[in-house]
Amino acid sequence: MGDFLQQLINGLALGSIYGLIAIGYTMVYGIIGMVNFAHGDLFMLSAFVALIFFLVLTQILGMTSLPLVFFLVLVGAMVVTSVWNWTIERFAYRPLRGSFRLAPLISAIGMSIFLSNFVQVAQGPRNKPIPPMFEHVIELTPGAGFDVTISYKQLIIMGVTAVLLVAFWWIVQKTALGRAQRACEQDRKMAALLGVDVDRTISLTFVMGAALAAVAGSLYMLQYGVVNFSDGFTPGVKAFTAAVLGGIGSLPGAVLGGLLIGLIETFWSAYISTDYKDVAAFSILAVTLIFLPSGLLGRPEVEKV
Amino acid sequence: MAGKASPKAPGRAGEQLARAGLEGLVAALVMVGLSIPIIAWRTQTDPNNNLVLGSRWPLVAIAVATVFLARFMAGLLSDWRMRALAAAAAAALVWGIDRLSSGHAGAGFLYLALGAIGLAVSLFVDARLARPASAPSRRPISSHRLARVTQFGAAAGIACLFAFPLVAAHFLGSSGSLKWINNYGIQILIYVMLGWGLNIVVGLAGLLDLGYVAFYAVGAYTYALLSTTYGLSFWICLPAAGALAACWGLILGFPVLRLRGDYLAIVTLAFGEIIRIVLINWSDLTNGYAGIASIPNVTFFGIPFVDDKTGFAAHFGLPFSPIQRIIFLFYLILCLALLTNFVTLRLRRLPIGRAWEALREDEIACRALGINTVNTKLTAFALGAMFGGFAGSFFAVRESFVSPDSFTFIESATVLAIVVLGGMGSQIGVALAAIAMIGGTEILRELDFLKRIFGHNFDPAQYRMLIFGFAMVLMMVWKPRGLISTRRPSILLGAAKAQGAREPA
Repeated sequence: MGDFLQQLINGLALGSIYGLIAIGYTMVYGIIGMVNFAHGDLFMLSAFVALIFFLVLTQILGMTSLPLVFFLVLVGAMVVTSVWNWTIERFAYRPLRGSFRLAPLISAIGMSIFLSNFVQVAQGPRNKPIPPMFEHVIELTPGAGFDVTISYKQLIIMGVTAVLLVAFWWIVQKTALGRAQRACEQDRKMAALLGVDVDRTISLTFVMGAALAAVAGSLYMLQYGVVNFSDGFTPGVKAFTAAVLGGIGSLPGAVLGGLLIGLIETFWSAYISTDYKDVAAFSILAVTLIFLPSGLLGRPEVEKV
Repeated sequence: MAGKASPKAPGRAGEQLARAGLEGLVAALVMVGLSIPIIAWRTQTDPNNNLVLGSRWPLVAIAVATVFLARFMAGLLSDWRMRALAAAAAAALVWGIDRLSSGHAGAGFLYLALGAIGLAVSLFVDARLARPASAPSRRPISSHRLARVTQFGAAAGIACLFAFPLVAAHFLGSSGSLKWINNYGIQILIYVMLGWGLNIVVGLAGLLDLGYVAFYAVGAYTYALLSTTYGLSFWICLPAAGALAACWGLILGFPVLRLRGDYLAIVTLAFGEIIRIVLINWSDLTNGYAGIASIPNVTFFGIPFVDDKTGFAAHFGLPFSPIQRIIFLFYLILCLALLTNFVTLRLRRLPIGRAWEALREDEIACRALGINTVNTKLTAFALGAMFGGFAGSFFAVRESFVSPDSFTFIESATVLAIVVLGGMGSQIGVALAAIAMIGGTEILRELDFLKRIFGHNFDPAQYRMLIFGFAMVLMMVWKPRGLISTRRPSILLGAAKAQGAREPA
């Protein structure tokens, strides 16, 4: 029982990170129908940005208050990663809009290769460890006969994720930008006719996805304490799986899918086999797409002739 | 974009200059944002295994100045070739200033001069190009003549390919030609073959497959395991590898019959990764990460390439040379690739090939016409996989070593990029794309002269994949439909011919 609850907490923390990345996939797919392959590597890049900001704040500026440092790192990573994704969209995807269907996909794969190798060249191929932070743990079940703990890190991860989700939910549902996004999602041409600046809306969608990926990257760095240039691919595919599982195009679906993938992966590692934990995620992806292509919360796609 | 600026009227020059300057400033500002953490600081591990930061501000300054200058010039120029030239010239100019400031006067002035000349040329030529010239109208070549030219060109090209290793070995000697035959010839031909194999699935049948490397791996491991465990020869394992890979094509193809487009791509990607993870973790069979080493070498139909009496050289009364094995491998992959091409070209004329093309153009119409889409898709998967299996088996015999590291997603992405860049369905386009992409990345290994420009710590090979990824993006932006984009169905009815010349959307 104790072990189960512990894995549940670990799984939810991991799932929050996947959920944050998955939102980037789902928003971009929803609005321009493209699998943004470079999103996983953008996540990795943002983890490096967070790492460097962390070192700058603690070593060069000598700040000691960890919560403040972490907050600044988060904000800085969000801003820089947004600039990156804005530039990527402008440079690699916008010229291909309305072109041949496969072109943006190939362009995104190229961008993904470029980003991971750029980070490798710029920062070196070795693992980058940071000193552990927020080491405290909270005993959840005192006197129950088994140990279930939640670490400060996990609390921060879940807390930050929850706050950001509410904020982005509000943006998409209540603001003019969110309305424009939903309009573009339904019918881009009609939205343009009604005065929505489609290019700007798509750019902002990429920026929002990047900001959430940056949060995921910072939290990932916090949780694991080490980043590597090749860390983008597998979390990227898993987050895409999460987006598909939840129903692509659906924001709550992406979060739900992320949490599910995190839980499945954690339980699989705990009870079945660590070696094949990636196989579990990939199999879910295949099975979902084959048997439930519209996902848990997605709208079924109607094919018109 | 400033590129669509109207032809320059004299009175507008100042306005245009100001606008270009503003665009340059914005681009420079974005570049500052991009480079601040990642380029400006480099994380290093100090002796105590702690991360410390080293700053690289001059690099940031170079990047920002280059971007500013390039964007500024792009605002002034309207022809894209001149923009590219101006961007290169801007980089040279900025680099020259950097060299000057670090005390290398000679190199500094050289690059300054080069950059200035480049900028001047681009401005001058662009002004000439902007003038409306009476462009000579290109006469369309008749399709009949085009077909004959293509046929002749293909025959000549194949003849050249067959002569290539012998000529290279004759003129460059055994060690001098090794690089050309092995790194360029064989390496490119492997990708040509993979490209042609995947072309059946992606180019003809229109099924987007991002897990093609799985079949390549199946072929490679088939040969590796059969030959090391049972001592079977390459010539027995080759068909076995093809057959097994085809079976896997069917097994993986079956569940994804209902999927299309991007979803299909992602699921096939997942299958490719699953096979790789199984190869890593099923250590009893595959020896895990360590891979399988000392796989038997290729033999000349039973005669080994060794330096003794039983060897190939002694048999044919030639002096022994290791290049003979390489040359044989070259011919082997050339024949395998040509076989792939031949089979594809023939299949296109069979009902099944027509069905593939119909499927690619419109699946619903295809079904309405009574074409069995299940069989059509599965044959495409199986045949594509079979050729992937052949190529994988060749890979194993060439390297004498296989490990899961050789079958990563990058390989699938490379092959798919070759097919898409080649123009989805065009055989010659795929070959050209393979030459451009694989040959291009191989050339990057050679660029030692760049060390003289960028200093001795500069290792061009490190930038191979970086440039590869960037080139993939650029090529897509430049030609989204591929190099040779005449994607015409093999057969058209008379009335449809006029329409068929247009691209289907």
